Amino acid sequence: MIYFDAAATSFLKPNEVRQAMDRAFDTVSSVGRGAHPPALAAGRTVLRCREQIAALFGLPDPSHVCFMHNATEALNTAIFGLIDPEDHVITTALEHNSVLRPLYCMEEAGAELTVLPADEKGRISFMDFEAALQPNTRAVVCTHASNVTGNVLDLQRIGTFCRKHDLLFIVDAAQSAGTLEIDMQKQGISVLCFTGHKGLFGPQGTGGICVSEGVFVRPLKVGGSGAHSFDRYHPYQYPDALEAGTLNVLGIAGLSAGLDFIERVGIAAIHEKEDRLARRFCEGIIQCPNVLVYGDWDAPIRTAIVSINLAGEDAGAVADALAQDYGICTRAGAHCAPRMHDALGTDGLVRFSFSYFNTEEEVDRAVRAVCELAGG
Amino acid sequence: MLRTKQPRVVITFHTTTAAMQAEALFRRLGQDGRLIPVPREITAGCGLAWSAPPACKQALTGLLAQESIAIEEVYELVI
Repeated sequence: MIYFDAAATSFLKPNEVRQAMDRAFDTVSSVGRGAHPPALAAGRTVLRCREQIAALFGLPDPSHVCFMHNATEALNTAIFGLIDPEDHVITTALEHNSVLRPLYCMEEAGAELTVLPADEKGRISFMDFEAALQPNTRAVVCTHASNVTGNVLDLQRIGTFCRKHDLLFIVDAAQSAGTLEIDMQKQGISVLCFTGHKGLFGPQGTGGICVSEGVFVRPLKVGGSGAHSFDRYHPYQYPDALEAGTLNVLGIAGLSAGLDFIERVGIAAIHEKEDRLARRFCEGIIQCPNVLVYGDWDAPIRTAIVSINLAGEDAGAVADALAQDYGICTRAGAHCAPRMHDALGTDGLVRFSFSYFNTEEEVDRAVRAVCELAGG
Repeated sequence: MLRTKQPRVVITFHTTTAAMQAEALFRRLGQDGRLIPVPREITAGCGLAWSAPPACKQALTGLLAQESIAIEEVYELVI
């Protein structure tokens, strides 16, 4: 089997992730639920991971890393916890439904929403940010990288715009964490939402939200915090404020091992390899007839996604043939990003997304498979 | 080349959970067919559907009803 669906989940992970979770299974219990050895071991495991995440994303205070189950939970927390019905929010057509749907909910509650359009290559115009400004504009919410095309947004530029106009800057890093440089301070990011199970090589059920100093996010959930049990209200200090209930410590142990791997190899090396594989694949398939490739391939920085269609064919049928006849795993459909598909003029694509653990040989086999299916 | 299109009965579900429950049921009972991406003739976007030879239609829908697995729609397509 060849796995080219890393943008959904990094199925191929460093061995140490599995090993760390196996060790944790025998050594850790719950964080902040007692002072016995397994509870303290859990606390140390989670604290170490907080420190790793803070260091990775340029966040000075690790206590402002709050663990959640995935980027969707983090984005819902950020959007519902920071946006009020009288606010105006700017977002983009590149967004995943985990950004769009919470924003639509806020729109129904009274908030105003501007979705900056993308062109046929999935590119936005930075001029549109200034034009969208209103007196009640409160935030820009956007992805770092499109999960459909691999197009990357310039966080530095958007962050500068947000600073200039005193706006919150909420970033969805689901597709970029672990493969592109992120520095919350430098890039002016107020809230960064990440998932653990993609580029950070953790297991599913890990992720979280990183909150800059001075930003108060209303929690989506309150409840057990492990301390201050006689208080009527949930603690307001981070990370407890956004971590009601028992954390996924086994998962966080695995995520921590994934972060160790990233630190050892280096983000630049990971990105370089993934980018090389994606470009090799793209250069191979564009030689074949009837292959349509989507996205902005002139951009200097992209994530390792190549989305294609075979002229006239159902994307689902192509992905099914790749899986059944060639053992190649891809993702067909709309990828939960309907506005990006509208911009590209498609109702479905076959997405190949590459991992650090893929090989050139696998890429070349996939090129041959696509060309055969395309009739070349 | 893509495989030659054939007549199939295609059953769609409201949730992925229901599609997986249907697969578990059909596998347990040795029924013909497999899960496929929902064909674009049905809907754009995503999702899983059960695809089987058309002759299985009554048996499959009957089994799903017996197990209270809700069907969204049943199609007969050439895919």
